[in-house]
Amino acid sequence: MAQPRSARLLSLLGRLVVLAVLGFIILPALVVGIAAFNEKALLSFPPEHLSLRWFVNVFTYEDFQVGFRNGLIVTVAASSIALVAGAAFAFVLDRYSFNAKRFIEGLLLAPLVVPHFTIGLGFLILAAQVNMSRGFGVVILSHVALVLPFVLRSVHISLRNLDSKLELAAASLGARPGRVLLTVTAPLLLPGLFSGWLFAAILSFNEFTASLFVTSQQTQTLPVAMYNYVREYADPTMAALSVLYIVATATLLAIANKSLGLGKVLNVEQAR
Amino acid sequence: MQPQRRPFFGLFLTPGVTVAFLFAAAMAMILQFSVRMQIPGSLDVGGLTLRNFTGMLHPLYARVFLDTLWLCVLTAVISLILGYPLAYALVRSRRMAVKSIILIVTVTPLFLGEVVRTYSWVVVLGNNGFINSLLMKMHVIAQPLQILFTMTGVTIVLVHVTLPVVTVMLAAALAHIDPAYEKAAESLGAGPVRVFLTVTLPLSGPGIVAGLATAFAWTFSAFATPQLIGGGKVNMISNLVYQLGFGNFNFPFAASLSVAGLALTFASIALLRLLLRPLEKVGP
Repeated sequence: MAQPRSARLLSLLGRLVVLAVLGFIILPALVVGIAAFNEKALLSFPPEHLSLRWFVNVFTYEDFQVGFRNGLIVTVAASSIALVAGAAFAFVLDRYSFNAKRFIEGLLLAPLVVPHFTIGLGFLILAAQVNMSRGFGVVILSHVALVLPFVLRSVHISLRNLDSKLELAAASLGARPGRVLLTVTAPLLLPGLFSGWLFAAILSFNEFTASLFVTSQQTQTLPVAMYNYVREYADPTMAALSVLYIVATATLLAIANKSLGLGKVLNVEQAR
Repeated sequence: MQPQRRPFFGLFLTPGVTVAFLFAAAMAMILQFSVRMQIPGSLDVGGLTLRNFTGMLHPLYARVFLDTLWLCVLTAVISLILGYPLAYALVRSRRMAVKSIILIVTVTPLFLGEVVRTYSWVVVLGNNGFINSLLMKMHVIAQPLQILFTMTGVTIVLVHVTLPVVTVMLAAALAHIDPAYEKAAESLGAGPVRVFLTVTLPLSGPGIVAGLATAFAWTFSAFATPQLIGGGKVNMISNLVYQLGFGNFNFPFAASLSVAGLALTFASIALLRLLLRPLEKVGP
């Protein structure tokens, strides 16, 4: 079927708009990719000489090393706690009705709309009021609150799509509730659990604003160390680190896409 | 042993309730601090007062509130306008390769965090940055354009931060529209523009409202972007809260600003939903 000229023009225009928006999204990543290999400490385009010295600097700068290690500690602890607490609560939410159910669910989902600086400030004051030292405890706690909604959503969706006949079958064959949970429910939930945990871990590792409020010099995570670096130095070390970040994230997403399908990610977003 | 009617109920409920309780406690602390007096030079707080809230009416702070609101509205609307065609192409493209490229490009920035993305824009927009170097090499301009430290610069980067999430939400809404409605309109003789304006666009209404509300809340939450791109010239409430807390050690005032900001966010989102209610209601 031959399209009329106006329709062809419209589709061409649409394509140009989409290309322009995609260009806008990619632009900073490309520019940082060029800047990272610039030999001089001052920004200049195009770079006159190429060098890898800023990448070396990323790995030898002590604050980044410490921040990376702290970030891993906080991320592993927070995402694991959020996984357990979020998945268990999603189970209770899906199966039972109880007092204040909506209220507790609302509290757990609130960090999606409450600004992160407010959450950070709140936990900072809370820790100070109960004389908790400004160690990893308060950092992990605030990260748990921040990423738990994503686990809760992801597992809740999986539970709703789960065929409860399978659990009934196991129960009618004499399996105790614990056995049903471990051998039927948990394996069926595995994709939801994994995507929820992965999402939580990535968000925790990158969380900045709340971390800035609750971390100290000893517990600062990588994003906080990066922020401090940008405020102090103008050399392309941060550009090199950004390149590593972008490559690592894209690789991780490609793996997640292969094993889970990015549609899963879309589902999480859709449910927000 | 008597069979449990609600297996695992208490065990599974406890961790979630604990986190909810601690979060509620943190929020209660902010409320409590917001009506306390600051004791200069001390982190302890004094007696009850409303001075923190009346102090906010100072033109200096009122200006920051207005700038914050304006940036939130502007960012949400621009993200919607740029994100819609992208979401439409993502959902409707027939070629898998095109779909994957749009999806990866859109989703990757979501996971990079605010610092990396904001820093990247400093390199793009700075006086020695990419855009100024390019324009000066091409002799379009003689002096570098001042984009950093301006509302325009902050808006560009805020849009870049919220655009992916708005696109993903719009795509989710578009993906759930039954193509039969569009086919029906087409078979009745409507052209592509008319089909889009009278069928697709109204049916995506709930996605539009959700996208705008999320963009608004995300922008309100932004800290690194106004801090690094605004450079003290453009301030949002988040920057003021941090400055008051860690610069002046006036945590009560920082808490009251947070409370006012929170009230403003909720009121704005409620107003947005009220205004756009006709959009949300349309559809099967």
